[in-house]
Amino acid sequence: MPVLRGVTLALDRGESLALTGESGSGKSTLLHLVAGLDRADGGHILLDGEDVTGLDDRRRAALRRTKIGIVFQQFNLIPSLDVAANIAFQARLGGAVDKSRLDRLTVALGLEAHTRKYPEQLSGGQQQRVAIARTLAASPRLILADEPTGNLDEKTADEVMDQFLALVAETGAALLMVTHSPRLAGKLGRNIHLSQGRVA
Amino acid sequence: MTGATLAALASHWARNPLQFLTLVVGLALATALWSGVQAINSEARASYDAAAATLGEGQLDQLLPAAGETMPQDRFVALRRAGWLVSPIVEGRLRVGAVTLRLVGVEPLTAPGGTAASAAIAGRDLADFLGEGTLVAHPESAELLRAELSNPVISDASIAPGTAITDIAVAQRLLNRDGLVSRLVLALAQPIRQRPLAEVAPDLVLQRADGASDVGRLTDSFHLNLTAFGFLSFAVGIFIVHGAIGLAFEQRRGMVRTLRALGVPLDRLIVLMVLELVVLATLAGAIGIVLGYLVAAVLLPDVAATIRGLYGADVAGTLQIRPAWWLSGLAMAIGGALVAAAGALWRLSRMPILASAGGRAWAVASGRGRPLQGAAAIGLFALAVLLSLQGAGLVAGFGILACLFLGGALALPLCLALILKVGQSWSSGVLALWFWADSRQQLPGLSLALMALLLAMAANVGVSTMVSSFRLTFVGFLDQRLSAELYVDAAAVRDRVALERFLEARADEVLPILSVETELAGLPAELYGARVGATYRENWRFLEAAPDAWDQVAKGEAVIVNEQLSRRAGLRLGDSLAVAPGTTLPIAGIVGDYGNPIGQAIVAEALFRQAHPSVLPARFGLRTEDAETLRRALVEAFGLPSSSIIDQVAIKRFSLSVFERTFSVTGALNVLTLAVAAFSILMSLLTLAAMRLPQLAPVWAMGVTQRRLAWLEVLRTVLLALLTAVLAIPLGLLLAWVLLAVVNVEAFGWQLPMFLFPFEYAQLVLLTLVAAAAAASWPAWRLSRMEPASLLKVFAHER
Amino acid sequence: MNAKLRSLLLFFWLVGGGAALAQGFAGLGTDADGFAMPQPGYAFAFPQDHGAHPDFRIEWWYLTANLEGPDGTAYGLQWTLFRSGLKPGEAEGWGSPQVWFGHAAVTSATMHKAAERFGRGGTGQAGVTAAPFEAWIDDWRMAGDLLGSVQLSATGKDFAYDVTMRANGPFVFHGQDGYSVKSAAGQASHYYSQPFFEVEGTLTLPEGEVPVRGSAWLDREWSSQPLGENQSGWDWFSLSFASGDKLMGFRLRDETGGDFTSATWIEADGTATPYGDGALEATPLEVSRVAGRDVPTRWRVTLADRGLDVTVAALNSQAWMDLAVSYWEGSVVVSGSHDGRGYLEMTGYETP
Repeated sequence: MPVLRGVTLALDRGESLALTGESGSGKSTLLHLVAGLDRADGGHILLDGEDVTGLDDRRRAALRRTKIGIVFQQFNLIPSLDVAANIAFQARLGGAVDKSRLDRLTVALGLEAHTRKYPEQLSGGQQQRVAIARTLAASPRLILADEPTGNLDEKTADEVMDQFLALVAETGAALLMVTHSPRLAGKLGRNIHLSQGRVA
Repeated sequence: MTGATLAALASHWARNPLQFLTLVVGLALATALWSGVQAINSEARASYDAAAATLGEGQLDQLLPAAGETMPQDRFVALRRAGWLVSPIVEGRLRVGAVTLRLVGVEPLTAPGGTAASAAIAGRDLADFLGEGTLVAHPESAELLRAELSNPVISDASIAPGTAITDIAVAQRLLNRDGLVSRLVLALAQPIRQRPLAEVAPDLVLQRADGASDVGRLTDSFHLNLTAFGFLSFAVGIFIVHGAIGLAFEQRRGMVRTLRALGVPLDRLIVLMVLELVVLATLAGAIGIVLGYLVAAVLLPDVAATIRGLYGADVAGTLQIRPAWWLSGLAMAIGGALVAAAGALWRLSRMPILASAGGRAWAVASGRGRPLQGAAAIGLFALAVLLSLQGAGLVAGFGILACLFLGGALALPLCLALILKVGQSWSSGVLALWFWADSRQQLPGLSLALMALLLAMAANVGVSTMVSSFRLTFVGFLDQRLSAELYVDAAAVRDRVALERFLEARADEVLPILSVETELAGLPAELYGARVGATYRENWRFLEAAPDAWDQVAKGEAVIVNEQLSRRAGLRLGDSLAVAPGTTLPIAGIVGDYGNPIGQAIVAEALFRQAHPSVLPARFGLRTEDAETLRRALVEAFGLPSSSIIDQVAIKRFSLSVFERTFSVTGALNVLTLAVAAFSILMSLLTLAAMRLPQLAPVWAMGVTQRRLAWLEVLRTVLLALLTAVLAIPLGLLLAWVLLAVVNVEAFGWQLPMFLFPFEYAQLVLLTLVAAAAAASWPAWRLSRMEPASLLKVFAHER
Repeated sequence: MNAKLRSLLLFFWLVGGGAALAQGFAGLGTDADGFAMPQPGYAFAFPQDHGAHPDFRIEWWYLTANLEGPDGTAYGLQWTLFRSGLKPGEAEGWGSPQVWFGHAAVTSATMHKAAERFGRGGTGQAGVTAAPFEAWIDDWRMAGDLLGSVQLSATGKDFAYDVTMRANGPFVFHGQDGYSVKSAAGQASHYYSQPFFEVEGTLTLPEGEVPVRGSAWLDREWSSQPLGENQSGWDWFSLSFASGDKLMGFRLRDETGGDFTSATWIEADGTATPYGDGALEATPLEVSRVAGRDVPTRWRVTLADRGLDVTVAALNSQAWMDLAVSYWEGSVVVSGSHDGRGYLEMTGYETP
């Protein structure tokens, strides 16, 4: 059974778009398709004018290393690496490490006291800040966020979200965020509601 | 309640078939190795015994003609009628085509038990044996005989190569010795009221049985060591089982908590779990025993014999499987499983009723216990050192082995963690960094499997070192002690002076062997007189010696002692030893002596003859270019029976062929233990695979392909295996050293020198890497082919 | 060769071959290929018939004695030489098809010692000559005049004996002039005895030498197929009564029921009266556990025609001959209508 049907949307540089919808409305699937983590049964996804739908695993993996950054709800840090290594991880995978940028992000997200710690030693908010720093450090053209603050309490969620949006705005990357919270969605430029796989 | 509880407990296995498989297969393999080694051991013993029996006519006294090679058959009848239970043997060389076989004719009705003859005719139809002229021979010789003779021929691997056994009537006919007998074997149990032999048979010479044969003493030591390694193999298996049980118990903590909350008493629960374990272990043990005997059957030359053994037939020289083996195998399996589960059960019994049910803690927990493990390892090593310094006896020797084994296993995760940390700090690329860091992360989950690998590898290094050292030593010892081409037993010759004159004229070098049983340094010992010449100088190897040891001995100014005497009397090089009343000499050399339980001292011939003028040489060693001519000349001139002239080449060849069989067996054992360890790695990886996903998915999401990740997984396993294998080499060498230098000395009074075999170790490491790569390849293949959906689940909100 | 195996192999020989093993002693009834058969009306000729009859399959010289030590201790003594032909006839040297084995035993109420010997004919290790009479295997021998004086000796690893026997009566022929029928189907053997030996000699036991005196009974029997197909074993009695009368009787057990009995009543002067099947009755009264099997060791034996109704009890219930071919053989005490002593042999009692 198709999860998404006839969804068309475009996102420009510097633009931010919130995808909202019920559980099972297909918003995560859309995100995964854009990230090249999953393959669509039909249709096209263009990134920087390039059609990524037909790319093989290798090319899509390369795309994820360089042009796309993902922030997960579960943070998904590498438990065996310390905070500093985690932040630098994706940037180093993509081969574009900017030491001053790493430092700046670390300070901006208030993580400078924790760089030698391991993920399991951090609070949820701190872990998500590390994940955000990891994504931004890689300088992606497109940032995908899947309920980035879904595992955090409301106060922390607001703090982290504000920091996140401010930093994204600085980079000029496009942001596509999935959330079920209308309040958070309101903080983004555009807003699309998905229902049963269609744009409502 | 019991039924419901059991059903709940058992449901775990249904949901986790892999764990069930690990447990049962692990235990089965452990039992298989243990029982396989036992079976192989007993087969090897049987081979040695057959060799000893065929070569030396076992442990029975014999009567030989005082002169000539044969005696008339009526000597046999006369002795029987005088109440002496003797059995006639006619022996000779039979030309069959291009080769010459040793043909032994026996009399089945009077042949005493425990001889080659009785073993050869056991199980045969005796009427055929008598009536049809059947011959029994080693398979190779049997081929020849079938081609050349019309007699029925039976193959029997328990007969020494080059030998055929038949009824005395047939042998007399084939050898052209009608009415003649070579020698008479005396039964062990003789009737009372016998007339003295000197009166009944003044023309015959009594040759006493050797007692424990030389080969027997040496091989006992070998078997003790092999048995020790049987235990080690079992320990490897128990490590696997320990891992499987630990995991299963941890994962069932939630269930245990729920069951207790629902009112099942803790003690009942533990009893049921023990019961469950016993059932599983019995099942696995039974499979293991069958596997073990299959292994033995495949490894041993005579598969049919194995099958015969399974049905309890008691046939000499073939593999015997008795109920005792089944029971001991099952006991090992059940005992092993309970030992492996003891820790988990203990923890369970101490668990508060509302404790967290977190199953994943298992992998992490063993990582947290690392400092404790390290401390325990250091403690065990210290204990091993203490035992080697202070301990005495076999128990201490085995204690050292156990401490080293356990300590080595416990220290492994620590050592690996250290190495991986260093690797991580040296790595530059981000993927390399992640690889090292992630390997460290994996360590707790894999460490039990890696410990099993360490022990398997160490055991193999130990076995290879021990077996190969043993072989080198034995070959060297044979070369040294059997340096002369022919040995002549002079006991059967009346005119020994004439014999000596004859030998001096014919042989290149004559080595009279003079010996007397005496007491040296307060201990029972043998004193030997040697004619020091080129043979001794060139062939004998000393453990320790003064530079001109033989010169000093030749001049009658020094004595040489064997290791046993040196150890037992605390004598060292240069110490003085009283060899005869009024004669005290310094010790100029100590020789290794691997075939002899008692002390020996060797002095110059002249000195010996002076001290013991009445002792005549009992044997002569002869150096000659043409052994066959000399042998014939001796037979013609003195009528010596062929059993009195020993051909050194034949003895060596036979001894070595017996060894070759054992070596092929230990080689196969190496492969098997490593296979068990590889199985353990495979199972650990499969178990870990599900837990690994959350760790791998983000890396994949950030742009590393599944293929790449899979390769890295294989690489990681191979790296860990390599590190483990390298760490296992010193441990294995240590084990071998303890066996050769500590256990042997305690058990047998001599130390076997240890040799190193780098090529064999390299082969073992390679084998280990292949095994590890094989174990890792399936989980890795699964990872590379995994649907992205499975990885995406990691990111799903509804986890 | 281990003892067990040896016993099996010898069993094959004893019964003359192949598949009879499962049938136990019943195997004695197999056909006699090439062997001579006992004939009724055979005229015994002595001394030749004291010697071996190699044309027949099996033969024995079977001596049992009831003795008494100086302190009144009762002893039993057995000396047996068996001959078993693999083929009929005799040859020189190892080529002889004759296999010999000897059994010797000494029994008292508290001990039972047995020994055995094996040998092949043709070499002189074992054999029998008729004139002068000598039967021997190894150092065991029975030699002399069977109507006069005979020397008897044997040794084992824990006993030995040397006795002199003096015959004070004639030979006794069983059945019809020595043609002794063993089954309703007509199987038979040639069978005579010398039951009138007086014995004097020495037993050598671990505790020392014991002078003994008493009486002995020699049986001579040869045949080629003495048992019927269904006969599983025999119970054989030789009893000497205080009255001077003697009784030889046997019961051949039949697997299908219906035992076959035979007896000879011997008066003090040697007058013998044969009794056919059914006259003698032998009924087990009590069994003992011997070597893992149940063996009758107390019997009621009756011969109505002679007013005989006695209880026959083993001197030592554990008189098991644990040899290659094993059986029960021991001294017995007789009480009831007649008192006396005797010997009992029982074969074919298998382990359950």
